[in-house]
Amino acid sequence: MQNEIVKTIELKAPIARVWKALSDHKEFGQWFCLDIKEPFKVGQTTKAILTYPGYEGLLWEVHIKEMQPENLFAFTWHPYAVDPKVDYSTEEPTLVEFKIEKTDYGTLLTVTESGFDKLPEHRRFEAFRMNDGGWAEQLQNIEKYVAKNNVTTK
Amino acid sequence: MKKLSNGQPHSISELTKGTELTRQAVTKHLRVLESVGIVNGVKSGRESLYQFDPTPLNQARGYLDRVSEQWDQTLGRLKKFVEE
Repeated sequence: MQNEIVKTIELKAPIARVWKALSDHKEFGQWFCLDIKEPFKVGQTTKAILTYPGYEGLLWEVHIKEMQPENLFAFTWHPYAVDPKVDYSTEEPTLVEFKIEKTDYGTLLTVTESGFDKLPEHRRFEAFRMNDGGWAEQLQNIEKYVAKNNVTTK
Repeated sequence: MKKLSNGQPHSISELTKGTELTRQAVTKHLRVLESVGIVNGVKSGRESLYQFDPTPLNQARGYLDRVSEQWDQTLGRLKKFVEE
């Protein structure tokens, strides 16, 4: 299994603005869709409540690893930990790093989530229950699936 | 295929209607889809009804694809937030 996900995005905003959106717990909660009451502190666990439509009320928990102003924000968490009946604490967490750097246009943000190779096999399938794409997406899936498996539909 | 995708069970007649396919051709396709597990056939009286079952397709998708998609959405919200 692939170990990490890397995402890069160019933000048309000054690095100080981006850092505030990452490091200020209230701002972070606004775009991450969380009700978050306590500030982030290195070495501590932050708990919050998800406000994302469909997952409202679920617990969100991260352990803050690094906070280097206008440079790096990092935490560990359990990805897709959305089943209230499951105790994810026994699983190895993944590491999420937000790296930011100044560019001519604003700020370049690189998000890396790593450590997926340590996730238990069954967790891969758990995520599929979260499918919120509906039937339109399923239809695309079926088209791809059918094409891949050479099933003639005409 | 589009008719099946609403998740409701359909009879072969319903699925054949409005297509240029014969009833036999539709039946044949349904059997193929049934054999790979994405369509379930159920008996309803004298008729056979067919229903789309997306489970194997969902499982065929990579876990990381879904996590990756989630990040795209999250970072899209961040972009909007800081650029406003």
